[in-house]
Amino acid sequence: MSIDKKRAVTAWCFISVPIVYFILVRFYPTLDAFSISLTDWNIVGKKTYIGFDNFVRLWHDPVFWQVLGNTFEYLLLGVPISLILSFIVAHSLDQIRFGHGVLRACYFIPFLTTAVAMAWVWRWFYQPVPVGMINLALGQMGIKQLDFLRSTTEALPAVLAPAIWAGLGFQIVIFMAGLRAIPQSYYEAAKIDGASGFRILREITLPQLRPTIVFLTVISSIGFLRIFDQVYNMTQEGEGGPLNATRPLVLHIYKAAFERFEMGMAAAQTVVLFTILLIITIIQLRVLKNG
Amino acid sequence: MLPIAAVAHAVEIDYWQYSYKSRVDAMDRLIAAFEAENPDIKVHQTTFPYAQYRTKVAAAVSAGEGPDVVQLYYGWLDDYLNAGILKPLSEENFPAAEIEKDFFPIVHNMKADGQYFALPTAVRSLGLFWNKKLFREAGLDPDIPPKTLDELADFAKKLTKHDRAGNIIQVGITIGPIDQDHNWWREVLVRQFGGTPYNADNTKVTYDDEAGIQAFDYYAGLVTDHKVSVVDFMDKGEIAFKAGRAAIHIDGSFALSTFDRARRLDYGVAELPTYDGIKSNFASYWVNGITSKATGEKREAAEKFLKFITSEKAMQLWLDQVGELPARRAVANRPENRDNPKFGPFIRGLDYAHSTKFYSEAEQRRTVVDMLDRVVLNGMSVARSLRIAAEEDQAIIDKARMK
Repeated sequence: MSIDKKRAVTAWCFISVPIVYFILVRFYPTLDAFSISLTDWNIVGKKTYIGFDNFVRLWHDPVFWQVLGNTFEYLLLGVPISLILSFIVAHSLDQIRFGHGVLRACYFIPFLTTAVAMAWVWRWFYQPVPVGMINLALGQMGIKQLDFLRSTTEALPAVLAPAIWAGLGFQIVIFMAGLRAIPQSYYEAAKIDGASGFRILREITLPQLRPTIVFLTVISSIGFLRIFDQVYNMTQEGEGGPLNATRPLVLHIYKAAFERFEMGMAAAQTVVLFTILLIITIIQLRVLKNG
Repeated sequence: MLPIAAVAHAVEIDYWQYSYKSRVDAMDRLIAAFEAENPDIKVHQTTFPYAQYRTKVAAAVSAGEGPDVVQLYYGWLDDYLNAGILKPLSEENFPAAEIEKDFFPIVHNMKADGQYFALPTAVRSLGLFWNKKLFREAGLDPDIPPKTLDELADFAKKLTKHDRAGNIIQVGITIGPIDQDHNWWREVLVRQFGGTPYNADNTKVTYDDEAGIQAFDYYAGLVTDHKVSVVDFMDKGEIAFKAGRAAIHIDGSFALSTFDRARRLDYGVAELPTYDGIKSNFASYWVNGITSKATGEKREAAEKFLKFITSEKAMQLWLDQVGELPARRAVANRPENRDNPKFGPFIRGLDYAHSTKFYSEAEQRRTVVDMLDRVVLNGMSVARSLRIAAEEDQAIIDKARMK
């Protein structure tokens, strides 16, 4: 055996372990979900094949459509806001030397914090008086309190805020790496030509960051489409209330699977989620790469 | 110590319940007392976290594993019967006539096809908790709780406090349908306004009528008209009451131990307020049944054990240790229990208590939570929101009955 072949064999030996793991723990259950979605199954009994009944029921379920709408609201608010915020922070951090490390760490810490603990802290921030910090401050100024989590319109943004905040650290670090990778000579040339700061941003920085933006858009889209921890921990009894106003698809799946034990129904919803994730990711990759 | 030979020939039976420290400890003491009386029987207690309990039992028994004697929530009986988990109690050891004479009437729900399938050690009912200090501050007599629903609204108004911006910082009464309020509304308020929550065989929702509207109007009105409360104030009514930020709170007897641990909380307990002279209460309980797994000498031992843990002696121990109410009238009505300032109101409430036959407690509770939210948050009319809740509730019942 040649050295190359030997190397390849060794490499395969190492790779095969995670491959087996992925096939057993990831791919097999994923494929199995497709077949479960066509059954009525309560996790202990027998599976009964019922064709596309689960999907038909979903189609006629107003709560499912509301939940799907919420999921897209998380996505459409979350991705642009988090990307703009993290870009602004990363861009500003990139300009400063003093305190750079400390500031960067400050932004990164929320990313390391447990989502559950953070969600509960925010839940208490949002409480009405006499508990909630934000409303307490408003009350001191004589301003009527905001409903936050107890409002059908304010609850979703209120739940989204800590999710954005938590992901910010990661996005900032990636953006900063992207910014560092842009050759300094471009900026020097632009300065000699007398380009304005805005023009430099538009014509050098942003185009050069395209791969970074593509990556972050895809990753954060998937993240917001799968939002769960914050909603589960910030809403009363983890219901995604009030009146389903904050319930995302993943929580809806969880409730169907592990509270009502409707595994077929839950699997059908996972298939829907999978399809949405797939389509959105393909579109994003196409649009942002070739644009 | 028992002679080794006796232990070697002992019949061993398994007992399962969910983990809750005071209950597990009390059961350990009952088991020790039982084994002392019956040296030829050994009882093993196994406990699981509440969240997994129900699925564990179902999976284990259907696989031929699992306990001989099992504890279950009264609302699960139908599921357990359908799954064939339970076998009826023998008439010889548990004569039906005697059960009906000795136990509180809510226990009748444990009867199917003329046979009893399970019996409780303890039951729980609802009561009204009031904070004496806050009553005093509001100029009310700290020893006189509201006795009627009108008084309740009236007292609550005097007990509500606002900050400069007009926000409520102390509620007159806690409102939390996700906690015990949904039971208060369903089994107490609906009945007091002249309605019934469900029909006789519990297959049809019947609260969607004039009585139901009035009952719900009263309940929602505490928030929307009287403005004496905020839904889920301080996250949970129990927390608000414990913190002295809620003057009146309706909760189960199990809340007593929580409030007793709270320092500087001077509170009283009363029977639920009446309306139109009508009294009602909600009772719930955990029962013990014998599974289909126990046969032969194990079954005999299991019946002996069940008889022991539903005896008067066991119930007094359970009351003293766990703080749950005795299911036998004789124990409950002992003067020291019935006139106890803390347990007394709950025990007296048992005389006129109803228990709901839940098909899915979590989902049916949610219909009440949403019913109130639609009125409070979206300004929907009481009648319309009630109709939607009734339809949702009916759908849950129909779905469960189809299975």
